[in-house]
Amino acid sequence: MTERCAVIGIGQTHFKKRRDDVSMPGLLREAIDRALEDAELSIRDIDAVVIGKAPDAFEGVVMPELFLADAVGATGKPLLRVHTAGSVGGTTFIVGAHHVITGIHERVLAVSWEKQSEGNAQWGLAGGRSGGIGAGGAFAPWIRAYIEESGAPEYIGWMVAVKDRRNAAKNPYAHLKMPDITLETVKESPMLWDPLRFHESCPSSDGACAVVLTNEAGARRASKPAAWVDALAVRSELGQFPGRNPVRPQAGVECAHDVYRQAGITDPRREIDMAELYVPFSWYEPMWLEGHDIAGPGEGWKMVDSGETDIDGAFPVNPSGGVLSTNAIGASGMVRFAEAAMQVRGTAGEHQIDGVRTALAQAYGGAAQYFAMGIFRSS
Amino acid sequence: MPARDIAIIGFAQTPSQRDALQSEVQLLVGTITDAVTMAGIDRREIGFTCAGSCDYLTGGPFAFVSNLEAAGSWPPISESHVEADGAFAMYEAWMRLQEGDIDIALAFGSGKSSPSIPAEVWAHQLDPYYLAPLGADPVSLAAIQARALLDTGRATERDFAQVVARSRANAMANPNAQLRGPVDVEALLAAPYHTEPLRRHDLPPISDGAAAVIMARGDRARELCSRPAWIRGMDHRIDPHQPGVRDITAARSATMAAQKAGYDGGPLDVAEISSTFSPQEIILREALGLPAHTQVNPSGGPLAGNPVMAVGLVRVIEAASRIIGGGADRALAHATAGPLLQQNLVCLMEGE
Repeated sequence: MTERCAVIGIGQTHFKKRRDDVSMPGLLREAIDRALEDAELSIRDIDAVVIGKAPDAFEGVVMPELFLADAVGATGKPLLRVHTAGSVGGTTFIVGAHHVITGIHERVLAVSWEKQSEGNAQWGLAGGRSGGIGAGGAFAPWIRAYIEESGAPEYIGWMVAVKDRRNAAKNPYAHLKMPDITLETVKESPMLWDPLRFHESCPSSDGACAVVLTNEAGARRASKPAAWVDALAVRSELGQFPGRNPVRPQAGVECAHDVYRQAGITDPRREIDMAELYVPFSWYEPMWLEGHDIAGPGEGWKMVDSGETDIDGAFPVNPSGGVLSTNAIGASGMVRFAEAAMQVRGTAGEHQIDGVRTALAQAYGGAAQYFAMGIFRSS
Repeated sequence: MPARDIAIIGFAQTPSQRDALQSEVQLLVGTITDAVTMAGIDRREIGFTCAGSCDYLTGGPFAFVSNLEAAGSWPPISESHVEADGAFAMYEAWMRLQEGDIDIALAFGSGKSSPSIPAEVWAHQLDPYYLAPLGADPVSLAAIQARALLDTGRATERDFAQVVARSRANAMANPNAQLRGPVDVEALLAAPYHTEPLRRHDLPPISDGAAAVIMARGDRARELCSRPAWIRGMDHRIDPHQPGVRDITAARSATMAAQKAGYDGGPLDVAEISSTFSPQEIILREALGLPAHTQVNPSGGPLAGNPVMAVGLVRVIEAASRIIGGGADRALAHATAGPLLQQNLVCLMEGE
């Protein structure tokens, strides 16, 4: 016997390069307080807390949730820490939802965060002292492979960057807001990891995102509309082995098909109204459109080119501005889930898309090997 | 109410050892393979996998990612990871099984403490604003806790030594133990202090190791195992972090976790508890409400082998193995995290 799960509260911090106005506990509490206020609940109403972030090395604290237990209101309650690389925010949402779906707890707070300015995120992403090549360096060859295979023109990456940074200007919590950005701005920005230019790469942000999850009875008691969780799935695969397709990872394909099956979706491009996809580098928008079978092979970039993924397009992607505009790594996956939930609740404000009934959220991590996906419905 | 018909049907652990030659992945490959073999399943029947480990212990960000190799993640698997002991990974997997759409789940935990300097690593687990700058290491904190316990009059240094003597004696029957052999309480008490009032033997060894469990639901568990260890309840709770704002001679969250897991203080054959320092066994016996007749840490417990990030799951395995083997009908396993028993997990298991 399982319960339906609904999102009744959503809170985000303002994301910035450096939130030196708050401590780590203060940063988390900012998101949590907004989520609780949205849910019209107090911290005492929460039964369990699930917390997620990417590597502890980013802030230099081992298992920081232990010292954060008081700040997140977890004392005397279960507190579970999730870490699945970049997908962790999505996975944390999903683990929180499992608490509700199984009936173990009725009201669960899930919170994800990163305060990257406390340390050196690039150093951490590059494997610390082992001296790796960093996220951009790891993904650039696969992006190049996608471009070669699909025949996409170089300006597709610039178009995604322009769209996301302009969308971010409509999102009060986003980090990089560039309402006047043009293709020229992106094209003329420095090359970081060929073919990725500076403006095609995500920033390093401080911030947190929190959601309040509850069961059907809890959602019915809430005065504001809920976002109903219709499907959830995770998949992981090895990051490197002969025969792996890193451009279209099998784990991403299977994760997508799992959520479509659970939600009864057979034609995602038509049946899903919008998507929040984890796009830390511009090219990952068309790559995930194809990697999750929303678009056919070689068709993802054409959705970008035709404006279909614009905020006023037929299949809007990342109206929040996405990871490309805001990336507190541990939080980013949950922001995708939160933003998708906001769209079906109709609470996204200036970047709200009219009439969203079905929304897709996705996060990925590691060497494009961890996937967390969810589908939200308005009823 | 969640489904309660979930049982442990397979498990495996490495010996607890200093300076293991194998990598963490290598430790896990054999362990997971052995657990799958004991369960008598095809690895592809596993519907959900959850791992527990600590990046900082390994010394690199995303260290857990390599462990996917041991989890058999091709074709892709439904999988998650907690930055915690394998016992917390087991909690997530146990919860996931209750959704009813899958029948079998794998949880594992792994860690190598030998390559690191544990006193330095774990000092970074403390509040970075107020505690970490003091550089307090786990042994120093445990000594403060031991002193506080002595000051209450609830225990003596002889009690600590008796815990150690029993641990070493019990460990003689445990092939996975690192420290074993008969020791004399008087001889222990004659040893010099390491960090007063703790002597070296009151501390756990530095260990490397891995552990894995396979859980199954209902009839599938009965098909696969003649006497499954049924999980009657599982819960974990956390106390405030700052040692100064809680009674460190009690473990309030352990008491709560035991109650929420359904342990009512009734008959209990075995308790395997994460008493990392000898005084903590005395604190935990009280906190968990263990009856006098209960056999505590028949494996020797963490004082005989302390593979951090696996040690809590090893407690579950040691308790479950006694049910599956028929030697116990009801057993409790306990895991902990954070300074001075800040976070506690309890798993209550029974035979049919």
